[in-house]
Amino acid sequence: MSSVTLNDVRFVEPEGARNYITHDYGALSWLLTKDHKRIAILYLFSITALFMLGGFFAVVMRIELLTPEGDLLTSDTYNKFFTLHGIVMIFFFLIPSIPAVLGNFLLPLMLGAKDLAFPKINLLSWYLYIIAAVMGLYIIITGGVDTGWTFYTPFSTQYSNTHVFGVTFAAFIVGFSSILTGLNFLVTIHRMRAPGLTWFRLPLFVWAMYATSIVQLLATPVLAITLVMLMFERVVHVGIFDPALGGDPLLFQHMFWFYSHPAVYIMILPAMGVASEVVAAFTRKKIFGYSFVAYSSLAIAFLGFLVWAHHMFVAGISVYSAMIFSFLSYFVAVPSAIKVFNWTATLYRGSVALMTPMLYILGFIGLFTIGGVTGLFLAAIGLDVHVTDTYFVVAHFHYIMVGGAVMAYMAGLHYWWPKITGRMYPEWWARLAALLIFSGFNLTFFPQFILGYLGMPRRYHAYAPEFQVLNVMSTAGASVLAVGYALPLIYFIWSLWYGRPAGPNPWGAVGLEWTTSSPPPMENFHETPVVTWDAYDYPAMLKAMGETQNV
Amino acid sequence: MLSDFPLWPDQASTVAPSVDALMTFMCVVTGTVSVLIFIVIFYLAIKYRRTPENELAQDYEPPKALEAAWIIIPFLVFMFMFVWGSWLYFRIQRVPDNALDIYATGKQWMWKFQHPGGQREINTLHVPVGRPIRITMASEDVIHSLYFPAFRVKADVLPNRYKEMWFQATKTGRYHIFCAEYCGTLHSGMTGWVEVMEPTDYQKWLAGGAEGSLASQGEKLFQKYACNTCHTNDATGRGPVLLGLYGTNVMLNNDTTVVADENYIRESILNPQAKIVKGFTGIMPTFQGQVSEDDLLKLVAYVHSLGTQKTAVVPVETPSSFKTSAGSPLNPGAGSSPQTKGKKP
Amino acid sequence: MSVVTNEHPAHHPFLQHHFEDLGQQHEASTLGMWMFLATEILFFGGVLCAYWVYRIVYPEAWSLGAEQQNKLFGGLNTIVLIISSLTMALAVRNAQLGKRKSTVAMLFATLVFGSTFLTIKSIEYWQHFHEGLFPGVNFTWNEVPALAPKVQLFMTFYWGMTGLHALHMVIGAGLLLWMMARAWRGDFGPEYYGPVEIMGLYWHFVDIVWIFLFPFLYLIPGGHHV
Repeated sequence: MSSVTLNDVRFVEPEGARNYITHDYGALSWLLTKDHKRIAILYLFSITALFMLGGFFAVVMRIELLTPEGDLLTSDTYNKFFTLHGIVMIFFFLIPSIPAVLGNFLLPLMLGAKDLAFPKINLLSWYLYIIAAVMGLYIIITGGVDTGWTFYTPFSTQYSNTHVFGVTFAAFIVGFSSILTGLNFLVTIHRMRAPGLTWFRLPLFVWAMYATSIVQLLATPVLAITLVMLMFERVVHVGIFDPALGGDPLLFQHMFWFYSHPAVYIMILPAMGVASEVVAAFTRKKIFGYSFVAYSSLAIAFLGFLVWAHHMFVAGISVYSAMIFSFLSYFVAVPSAIKVFNWTATLYRGSVALMTPMLYILGFIGLFTIGGVTGLFLAAIGLDVHVTDTYFVVAHFHYIMVGGAVMAYMAGLHYWWPKITGRMYPEWWARLAALLIFSGFNLTFFPQFILGYLGMPRRYHAYAPEFQVLNVMSTAGASVLAVGYALPLIYFIWSLWYGRPAGPNPWGAVGLEWTTSSPPPMENFHETPVVTWDAYDYPAMLKAMGETQNV
Repeated sequence: MLSDFPLWPDQASTVAPSVDALMTFMCVVTGTVSVLIFIVIFYLAIKYRRTPENELAQDYEPPKALEAAWIIIPFLVFMFMFVWGSWLYFRIQRVPDNALDIYATGKQWMWKFQHPGGQREINTLHVPVGRPIRITMASEDVIHSLYFPAFRVKADVLPNRYKEMWFQATKTGRYHIFCAEYCGTLHSGMTGWVEVMEPTDYQKWLAGGAEGSLASQGEKLFQKYACNTCHTNDATGRGPVLLGLYGTNVMLNNDTTVVADENYIRESILNPQAKIVKGFTGIMPTFQGQVSEDDLLKLVAYVHSLGTQKTAVVPVETPSSFKTSAGSPLNPGAGSSPQTKGKKP
Repeated sequence: MSVVTNEHPAHHPFLQHHFEDLGQQHEASTLGMWMFLATEILFFGGVLCAYWVYRIVYPEAWSLGAEQQNKLFGGLNTIVLIISSLTMALAVRNAQLGKRKSTVAMLFATLVFGSTFLTIKSIEYWQHFHEGLFPGVNFTWNEVPALAPKVQLFMTFYWGMTGLHALHMVIGAGLLLWMMARAWRGDFGPEYYGPVEIMGLYWHFVDIVWIFLFPFLYLIPGGHHV
């Protein structure tokens, strides 16, 4: 019996066959679909819309911050804007983004399965997201919230005059969307892998989604109960978090951050998964240290649960607690460093193609590195006393979230766009957009490190005049960034009608998803593949396929 | 113009150079490593770019020892950063002994400072250069955070709990005070100035406008609120003697002990049932809602001042009964430090 | 054999098309339920942590609060729930054996015990409300007034935790009715009993939560002091 090659398991449909998009028509066939690919598209539309809403808040804030005085918005309005920017971007964009769009679309394909384990629950996840988003929109229109996305007590429970209850309820609901997605992914990865697809043959994107799903499953319920207690306190005023009645505001902070720190790993682990896929595809090599990268994802998920109080170093925790959390925070930096080094090492003696996805990922590696090392600054408690609650932290997390997660999301969209839509995007416009996003991003956020060290606190509507020059630079960068984000919106839509039709494997990459048509048929695979090859086995597979696409 | 464009804050305290040194170290190390990574990526991406001759990668794996190297070396570097950061943090948190006491209250949206001599300021703080200043602070409403960028120190200010921070200014001048924890509408307006003065100038400033020391104002309040009717100076009162109390260990009726620090005194005024001294019953009424935050500070300062007086107390075990007024449950001589940390879970 | 083909022979009516076979479907659904229970552990665990923090800080108020509970009712409810877990386990067994009527009977018995629990709980709630023990709304506490806010805090945890638990019981009761309908229809047998099994997992979990709540809320030592 000769070894099975990819040639034997081609799942390409004949020309003109129906795919998941053309399978049936009508709004209801989409709104009541159980197909993971269609649900991914539903999510794509929703989170793009919410990204634009979150971006709108950011743009207005940056315009306000051109001048030291608070002259564009009233203080209350500005406070609502930064609160809503945080809530929308974190809960309604970053946390779902890669898992709900790319994860939903690709996971069954990468596993050789026909769908996720629980398709109806998958649809429910999307509806929970939409219900929460509609609630959120209603609240924004009727006055918004001004507590900051962190909802610290007693301000949020006793002093704020805005729709705290409504927003926390919306966050509670969208949390369940996240939990159910994680649950679905975990069961699918455990129970629906194709025959022969052992754990260490899985693509690293699957490992990343697995680790993310563990965090989504276990951390989000703690946010849920914290928000329930917050809502109760807001309505009944018994003093759960109110010191005047015997409560402890630090208890809220501990419980809130117990979720919200792992939440940042929900946002970055999928991005790292995309990075592994793109680096492998555009070097045509197995990722260096595959098993280390896989284990690092699990390590980050686990260690991420142990560091929450590094958000509270000046809040009133004991000196000894601070030391412990500082130590653990340095620990969690190690697996991330491993990944960065391993991706870099993969380039050695590879065949590096600098197409748009790869450009985004190289940008991701650079910016995530900067964001990550500034985390080391914050973990040094003696230094954190000065820079916490300043723009230094704002710059740090934007480097990781935007320079990291969003760039990786863009990379993933570009990389899998041909698979999802059957069309190629225009490469040169895409490279231009990537360049604009990269440079606009750095101009926006690097000055904020300096502002933070100078002492400019965060969440400031008006600021001391000597901070103006850096703020103007930051706003200038934001306008470049906005143009950079607008371009893909335009050309992706353009490509749906005018993009070059893509074949099943335009990049010449190795992976089960590339063995299907672009776009794939509804049921993904007519016959369940039997996997006998390693992950990223480029040499064997590409020779077998006899196919070296000119890209 | 360029002077309006600072890139580094003023260094105006004893810890500021240490913080800056750590910052510089972090920048240099992480900057170097990051730039190295970028150079390597740039170099490899060009050297191994995809050409018709290089369509497929070369089948080669770098040595696995590399993996071990870039796990262990970063970890050791991180541990060094951790140690340095922790050492610096201890320095920032540990209040030196001969500190001058300032009391601060944060409220939406202003800072109120009180000097021991009773001088009060709003949004401005005058301090002498070259002397450690301990700020004891609480909030009247939500969480704030008192931040002096030039001194590199900041601490959250909590409602219903005293916290401490300290600094020693090294340069005269005028430096920012910011609130660094979002607290509502005028959070960004809750700013002020700390004026660091030569000691002689500070004395002159103090002399112009005092209402009597905090402690003496507290003594007046002690009588106004009739505290002295129960807390007499000998063991015949219905309440524990406060003379010599401050800083000692107090035995409670559940046989635990607690240090009589600012938090204990404050709590005993607002919620006397929380910690009842052994040998006494909980008949003290609460003053929650009757005493303002400012007055609380004065009363606390007064009781603090009583702590320096000699005590003449004999610990006597008495049955729990409020008929007899004999016996004081104070246990002098435990001699623990009056440092308050005020940190509860 | 390089591929596995599924032609469509007559397959089990409850086999969902994205699964290879009933075995995979069963394993997926039980694993899914275990994962869901993990989220519930974290959910209840969160409020339990908050409860413990305050218990350590306010031991007297917590003892006083527990004194207000009706230990007879609480104990009775504990026994009722444990028996209901027994009937639930028997229901699963009967479903595995394909005994249709016995499955329905045991599910019904579980429902009866569950409803008994909820009835007793409602009586307790009614009593507590009339004693002025509902936080924020009508809370009155006359002895040791200084402790009143802390006892109210205890009551918040009592109502909150038992309320969440009761909500889960109500949902469980609804699910039991659904299972009964399916069992009556003859859906379950040796090759397909998954839904009853995962119903059982859920029900046992709700029981275990109560096993924690009962000592934490009713049986705190300390009690009365002057």
